[in-house]
Amino acid sequence: MEKNKKIRNADFLQGNIACAEGAIMAGCNFFAGYPITPASEIAHHLSKRMFEVGGTFIQTEDEIAAIANVLGASWGGAKAMTATSGPGISLMLENIGLGVVTETPCVIVNVQRGSPSTGSPSIHMQGDMLQSKFGSQGDYQIIALAPSSSQEMFDLTIEAFNLSEQFRTPVFILSDSLIGHMRERVELPNKEELALFERRRLKSYQGINQKIFLDEKVALMPVFGNGLKANVTGSTHKEDGFRNVSDPKILDNEIKVLSNKILKHKKEIIRIEEVNLEDADVAIFSYGLSSRAVLKSIEVARKERIKVGSFRPITIWPFPDEEIKKLSNRVKTIIVCENNLGQLLPFVKAAACENCQVIFLPPKTLGTLYHTMEIIEKIKEVV
Amino acid sequence: MSEIGIRLAGLGGQGVVLSSVIIGRAASVFENMEAVQTQTYGSDMRGGDVCSEIIISEQKILYPIVNYPDILVVLAQKAFSQHIQDLKENRILITDKNLVEVNNVSKNIKHFCGSFNNIAIDKFKDNRVANMIMLGFLIGKTKILSQASLEKAIVDLVPANVMELNIQAFYEGVILGNNL
Amino acid sequence: MVNPVTHNLKKYFRGEINYTTCPGCGNGIVAQAILWAIDDSGIDFDNYAFVSGIGCSGWIPSPAFNTDVLHVTHGRAIAFATGLKLAAPNMKIIVTAGDGDTSAIGGNHFIHACRRNIDLTMICVNNQIYGMTGGQIAPTTPYLSKTTTTPYGSVERPFDLSKIAIAAGATFVARWTTFQARQLRKTIAKAILHPGFSFVEIISQCPVQYGKVLKKRNDAVAMLMDYKERSINLKKARELQKSELKDKIIVGEFVEERNVPELTQEINRLREEALQKCQR
Repeated sequence: MEKNKKIRNADFLQGNIACAEGAIMAGCNFFAGYPITPASEIAHHLSKRMFEVGGTFIQTEDEIAAIANVLGASWGGAKAMTATSGPGISLMLENIGLGVVTETPCVIVNVQRGSPSTGSPSIHMQGDMLQSKFGSQGDYQIIALAPSSSQEMFDLTIEAFNLSEQFRTPVFILSDSLIGHMRERVELPNKEELALFERRRLKSYQGINQKIFLDEKVALMPVFGNGLKANVTGSTHKEDGFRNVSDPKILDNEIKVLSNKILKHKKEIIRIEEVNLEDADVAIFSYGLSSRAVLKSIEVARKERIKVGSFRPITIWPFPDEEIKKLSNRVKTIIVCENNLGQLLPFVKAAACENCQVIFLPPKTLGTLYHTMEIIEKIKEVV
Repeated sequence: MSEIGIRLAGLGGQGVVLSSVIIGRAASVFENMEAVQTQTYGSDMRGGDVCSEIIISEQKILYPIVNYPDILVVLAQKAFSQHIQDLKENRILITDKNLVEVNNVSKNIKHFCGSFNNIAIDKFKDNRVANMIMLGFLIGKTKILSQASLEKAIVDLVPANVMELNIQAFYEGVILGNNL
Repeated sequence: MVNPVTHNLKKYFRGEINYTTCPGCGNGIVAQAILWAIDDSGIDFDNYAFVSGIGCSGWIPSPAFNTDVLHVTHGRAIAFATGLKLAAPNMKIIVTAGDGDTSAIGGNHFIHACRRNIDLTMICVNNQIYGMTGGQIAPTTPYLSKTTTTPYGSVERPFDLSKIAIAAGATFVARWTTFQARQLRKTIAKAILHPGFSFVEIISQCPVQYGKVLKKRNDAVAMLMDYKERSINLKKARELQKSELKDKIIVGEFVEERNVPELTQEINRLREEALQKCQR
């Protein structure tokens, strides 16, 4: 209904539209996608806006083509994005792996819906948290951000582009159908005030063994069409891009360097939000929309002088395990709240279990937002 | 002012979602308040059950869903039976007089009704503006937002060719709400 | 002292020419035909990019060709190339793909590229078998062929890839075998300059895997002679009855349509229109 309306500096926007506008603000000039509930509004909006900013929109024949188009466009110099839901991500995963090993910046938005297979297209769940990290074959690291509001759909999409450009890697936005369809007040910054990270490009051809991949400090990207003779492959390769699929040492180096490229920069990448943790005995770990029910519950509990606070990872991957370990030294209990059967729970446990107890609290009914009473009761039980 | 949670329930095609988006837009864009709107649909979009919720507040809104509405607007009989149990004492119920038969409602619930659909057909020859009459009625009755902000939000969201008609219907509803 | 002679196409190679294909493979003829056509085009090699998938055909440009080369997942080369072309519309982009890439795992991308008429040149190396993975049946393998996955003989009918391209709306479609290397070079040169999606199918010998099926194992020469025997030019084929064309390979340029809107130009038009609407 807001389709023909100019966006204002402070606007009332659906999460999906805020995400699309965030992409435009970040300089995204290529979008490829395939229709799917509950992500389609992003495509609807960008099918108009992309051309207004001189970019490209294409509705592809399937999600496999969508991510392939995005990666191809990125090598052509574009800031590229796709948006889908879990079923689409399932189809994209092979090429997402290619995006990781060819160090191709791009942004992938997953507006999560419920259940495996077709599931429930308009019920919100946080069911694809592990898929984004472990879905493609082999060992790899990925960056994933979890917004909890329309404002964050906007802000974190910009952040996702910045991280993807800085670290030459695909970055996920892990939203869900409730955030995607929810309308909220969003404040849009002036583009001049924004700090946008532009990819560091290779400027001139450096010879046949030029180092264009596999640098923990991120190699310069030889964008196509500039006479840089880029040699790019999804097969195991060396710094110069030459394929070597028989020597385990080459494989070992590739996997380790690509992982370290992310893990050694965790401090720069990881964003967390801590609320009321200074004096807390109990911390609640939650992310995305669940965290808003948690914050509301904490607000109520604090009025009853219960010392409880919130730990919210905004960055899901790489996982903020060091931050959680620090937290576990300060509190007696961590309650993990997520709208699934405990996908990030083992990671919290691994980081915290030596120092404090970790308890899991899913919503009473999966696919619904926690009722605050569910959380408050649990807090009282553990205090 | 603390948070006000409004739930609007009816059938697809009645403009339930648009009405809630207009309220949210009026609050967040034109009165510098916070607002959150969410919606759920039944199995199909057209003619199925539709429920849209909107919270407006001076402060940041944490919890985005309305479990117990302060104002419940019901535009279909089925929606009435589905949602009435969530309405607590001293809250407001608004219904379409001709579409919803209200029974067994606590005396402490403030119930207001108007013939939104009939007025839309009789006076404006277009039942699609019934939601605007309802919206005007809601504002006239509760004064939760200014009429001017609502009008600006309507201008933003309604197609130009039917804008005048929608604004007229809105003010028709305001007068109805003020007087009843 | 031996006087070193440098091959005319050596300049297009990244370092030493070191193909890992089997003896007698058709890839060498295909690679040469592509590079000769590029040589003929007069366009600087830096303006070309190659996109290839998985299978022996993927190794024609990757890593050997000394320009931008993107070697991607199985079947998806066209989809990557589409994104690349849309982002870098001034580049000449050539996709090399096998028959499995083109018509099995990537069949969907293939027909949609034809439909979109995006300015890509697709070189499809059709060896009628899965070579790299060990001689399994492909969608192009003839009826009753015994392969590693059809020990009783294939019971499925094969695709005619050029016919699919024509039906899907490709605006340039041609087929040759590796025996017609000269014609192939000319056709590829034309395909590169064609303003739209061009599809060049090359029936190419796999002496190891498909040679085995034909009982001509490791005998590339026999396979080429077979292509010579069975090839029949399009014009001649038109005069013959269907029964007379049995087992023949119809070769030639089937389609060349010039005035069909091309995708990158269409998108340019949309940008201009959107910008004008915005400013109004």
